[in-house]
Amino acid sequence: MADPRYAIELKGISKSFGPVQANKDIHIAVPRGTIHGIIGENGAGKSTLMSILYGFYRADSGEIFINGKPTAIPDSQSAIRAGIGMVFQHFKLVQNFTVLENVVLGAEEGALLAGSLSKARKVLTDLSREYELDVDPDAVIEDLSVGHQQRVEILKALYRQADILILDEPTGVLTPAEADHLFRILKGLRDQGKTIILITHKLREIMETTDNTSVMRRGTMVGTVKTAESSPEELAELMVGRKVLLEVEKKPALLGKTVLKVDDLRVKDEHGVERLKGVSFEIRAGEILGIAGVAGNGQSELLEALGGIAKATGKVTLNGVDLPLSGKGADGRSRRAAGIAHVPEDRQALGLIMDFTAWENVAFGYHDAPEYQKNALFMDNDALRADTERKMATFDVRPPIPTLAAKNFSGGNQQKIVVAREIERNPDLLLVGQPTRGVDIGAIEFIHKQIVALRDQGKAILLVSVELDEIRSLSDRIAVMLDGQIMGMRDPETTDERELGLLMAGIAEGRKGEAA
Amino acid sequence: MERLPKWADVVLVPVVSLVLAALIAALVILAIGQDPWEAITVMVQGSVMNAYGWGYTLYYATSFMFTGLAVTVAFHASLFNIGGEGQAQLGGLGVALACLLIPWPHWTLALLGAATAAALFGAAWAAIPAYLQARRGSHIVITTIMFNYIAAALLIFLLVDVLRPDGQMDPATARFPEAAQLPTLNQIPGFDLIFTSNVPANVTLFIALGMAVVVWALLWRTRLGYAIRAFGKSEAAAKYAGISPFTIIMVAMLISGGLAGMMAINNVMGEAERLLQNSASGAGFIGIAVALMGRNHPVGVVLAALLFGFLFQGGAELGLWTKIPIEMRTVVQGLVILFTGALDVMVRMLLTWIFNLFRAGRAVKGAA
Amino acid sequence: MDYATLLQLLDTTLRLATPLLFACLAGLYSERAGIFDIGLEGKMLMAAMASASVAFLTGSVWAGMFAGMLAALLLAGIHGVASITFRGNQLISGVALNFVASGITVLIAQRLFGQGGRTPPLAGDARFGPITLPLAEELRGVPVIGPLYAEVISGHPLLVYVALAMVPLTWWVLYRTRFGLRLRAVGENPAAVDTAGISVVGLRFAAVAITGILCGLAGAYMATALQAGFGREMTAGRGYIALAALIFAKWRPVAALWACLLFGFFQALALRPDVVEAVVRVKVPVPFLDALPYVLTVLVLAGFVGKAIPPRAGGEPYVKER
Repeated sequence: MADPRYAIELKGISKSFGPVQANKDIHIAVPRGTIHGIIGENGAGKSTLMSILYGFYRADSGEIFINGKPTAIPDSQSAIRAGIGMVFQHFKLVQNFTVLENVVLGAEEGALLAGSLSKARKVLTDLSREYELDVDPDAVIEDLSVGHQQRVEILKALYRQADILILDEPTGVLTPAEADHLFRILKGLRDQGKTIILITHKLREIMETTDNTSVMRRGTMVGTVKTAESSPEELAELMVGRKVLLEVEKKPALLGKTVLKVDDLRVKDEHGVERLKGVSFEIRAGEILGIAGVAGNGQSELLEALGGIAKATGKVTLNGVDLPLSGKGADGRSRRAAGIAHVPEDRQALGLIMDFTAWENVAFGYHDAPEYQKNALFMDNDALRADTERKMATFDVRPPIPTLAAKNFSGGNQQKIVVAREIERNPDLLLVGQPTRGVDIGAIEFIHKQIVALRDQGKAILLVSVELDEIRSLSDRIAVMLDGQIMGMRDPETTDERELGLLMAGIAEGRKGEAA
Repeated sequence: MERLPKWADVVLVPVVSLVLAALIAALVILAIGQDPWEAITVMVQGSVMNAYGWGYTLYYATSFMFTGLAVTVAFHASLFNIGGEGQAQLGGLGVALACLLIPWPHWTLALLGAATAAALFGAAWAAIPAYLQARRGSHIVITTIMFNYIAAALLIFLLVDVLRPDGQMDPATARFPEAAQLPTLNQIPGFDLIFTSNVPANVTLFIALGMAVVVWALLWRTRLGYAIRAFGKSEAAAKYAGISPFTIIMVAMLISGGLAGMMAINNVMGEAERLLQNSASGAGFIGIAVALMGRNHPVGVVLAALLFGFLFQGGAELGLWTKIPIEMRTVVQGLVILFTGALDVMVRMLLTWIFNLFRAGRAVKGAA
Repeated sequence: MDYATLLQLLDTTLRLATPLLFACLAGLYSERAGIFDIGLEGKMLMAAMASASVAFLTGSVWAGMFAGMLAALLLAGIHGVASITFRGNQLISGVALNFVASGITVLIAQRLFGQGGRTPPLAGDARFGPITLPLAEELRGVPVIGPLYAEVISGHPLLVYVALAMVPLTWWVLYRTRFGLRLRAVGENPAAVDTAGISVVGLRFAAVAITGILCGLAGAYMATALQAGFGREMTAGRGYIALAALIFAKWRPVAALWACLLFGFFQALALRPDVVEAVVRVKVPVPFLDALPYVLTVLVLAGFVGKAIPPRAGGEPYVKER
């Protein structure tokens, strides 16, 4: 019998996917009525653990106790019955249903809807009053903001009388104001006796909201601490395992002429909502401009507009020549011809064709390059394979087999293929998005060196990353983006994490104009 | 679970699908009180055991190569072109107009002209669904189905009210002039030693084989083919690479429609020598089965087309010599499409399971 | 055109719209649950053959109808296994089953009756007879409405009224019941249904089964009410017209009724080119009338007549994300 004071107690949970052990002998105890943080880097096994708790996966071994009672959770239905509610990173809402319909779905009172809906309307009114969860029950989901949609997810869990609420990376898509509101809601829920599990990789959120924190690293639970008695430094060390300071050796920048000049760049998404709201900056030859910010604040749109993927308005010049931002000439091919290379944020969805071989992927975006042609009619696949072999050697891609499909390489090696392809084009401007996301440590160093080397050759580089460390160690100048705008420019030598964080959160006033 | 080796995926999956389809077909034949063994004997006898049978088998196979290649090209761009039937009928219209309106001096020129017309008409009929998909996101499967019916109605109208010569009863065009008639295999020196009696297989067969090579080179050796395949795998990534979705959808569908249309030089010009109602007689749909069975590779398509040629000729023989109705071949066609196109996951799971049994067996032996 | 001709035309419209309506509603359940079904045609054909055969052999139209429903359910089951269990391509599965149905119906009918793949003509209790609605004869004298009631509304086989009743029933099921809510949800976002602890597979199979039953009724109506027996390819593309009607109606039940009536009206017109010529004063070739439903559907798909947005998860097999 486990201790009934704990809302959740996991004992010896292990889970493997083939040769990969995602969770190794996990022990964790979450006291009732607390907010418990689970922190760890991407791929540390947090999401797998929570999926086991919500019945998506079955653990290979180990036991789950809910309120002291051993509980089997073979499916989501059992998790709901055990009082567990889950708010996924990607919401599970029916877009063209109303709030009410979404809340009721799966928790109906009987075969007819009328009773369920009127009951839910009443419960929802009570819940919104109690926890600052005000949402119009008759609003259709697709008309709601992301923050409101998340509240609907929380309401769904509460409507099912969840006592334990799990939130998976809840702030990734929220504005700072929305995130603050969320944390107020969570604290309110805790004060009413609910147990909250907050999964995140952001230290600040852990420090601000949790009572206890468990740290995961490479599939294992490395420790649980009382948050108030800990410090960000201690947690960070636990997360990473050793003191790593991402220091990249680099010489002072030798600035040349202006390569890229962006003036009042604006991008609207498919719903007509402006995602990039008038961004202006310049990058000079031999300079890395880093864009810092919480994901979803217009960085992707910036890259897409410059890379010719998204339509935009405003004025962009490359080496003094205007780049078309919509219509003819605003496509990836024309951009490459103009001298822009692009390592996209999502290499698997954009940067590579996963079913294509490595050599076919080396031609991706450059399949009409003259050196890959045999004659006017045919491509020179032999030349392509030879070029791939050479690139694989230079960039240490493993295994160095050009005929292997991209999907069979590890994340780091996939990224090396993309980086090799784009950097070896010798572009005037390199756009790089999240260059080291999901990439192992060794490859990170290598990719960072390549980026710096390109800069030292006098090229301009626009670096977008949500990893603040990466931005700080690589950039010659840092622009912080929030809500589609640049909040300020900082010199990495004179700024610190705190100042950047405040800018990212929109708390500090940006200095107008250019730094450095 | 280990994955299947590549050779098994390429060879065994279609073969096993075919065997499963054949098994069920045999059960169907048993169920209607006939003898499956007799059926297969009659089919083989009538289609591949003599030159005359081959003459028909190859004739059907020629049509299926065109429609199979048509479906293949579209498939590689991730487009499911069910409109081969209508495009082939329009191709027939192109052939008929070319043969009837232009006084060709020699069949070679007539072939060139008619093939061009067939391809253009077929491509034109694919162009509207393609445009609607590319610009307005209308689902190409539904629009191409609709265009099959519209094509059928259009041709009935043209054959009844416009192209039918005065005094002729049946809805068809006039017979094509002598100079626009294609030599059949029994009229070609060399081949006439094998094919001694009149067979419908004609020079179009060589054009079909040539088109298979062209399609292969197009898809795997040219920039356009690269772009088509990349777009087919991921539209988002294609956009990143600067491959225009609009261009690819249009070009892939035009090629696909053109190939389907070119089928008409085989049946309309090479065999019927006039345009009849329902000229494609289902070959457009069989192209789907052929492409699936041939794993969307021209070599596979040629082999699968031969197989379906055999099935078609053999099925006709069944209707003649046994009590099994000719519709048996439609059943087999459906079963092949079902197993290769919709139950492929099941077949693959089955094979993987068997493979793992073998592996486990070997491992046990090794340990002992 | 006089009033009597119009009534005749409307009467034919209703008779011809009925199989479309059954098939269209059948497709609606399946597609609303996220399973595309272009195999409506095959299921109707299968049901037509089965119901005509059994009705002839037993002499009971009811036995025939149930046989038709079972036959269509069988095909629906295969479609379900292929597209739900094995996550196969739903479009290809539908195409395949249409071919299987097209061939096997002839094989079976030939085996049973040896009449070239058709069933012997049905008569008496082996067919659905016309039902005269109450007061039809008494009200016939009332101007305008009387003949309309007696000629158009009254005097159809039972299944015509069943089909009409299916429209409000489907609307009610879809929008007023728990099952309908879940059905619509699973076609829009199966992950939402799954995380709510409801079986996606179960729901989708239920929807596919309803599709089978309704296609069964469509086929049974074709063979035992509209016509007296089964003939090869007797559905003649009605499954595809029903699919067109479903798109035209933007996957909504009441709109489906109007779409089917419209397309049924076109079919009725195609039977009476003389009437069309008299009205528009130009000779309209019959093929144009035949093609009209398809042309209209293409226009709808192209977004020229409002935008048709299919259920968001339609055609996509559901795979639990990691």
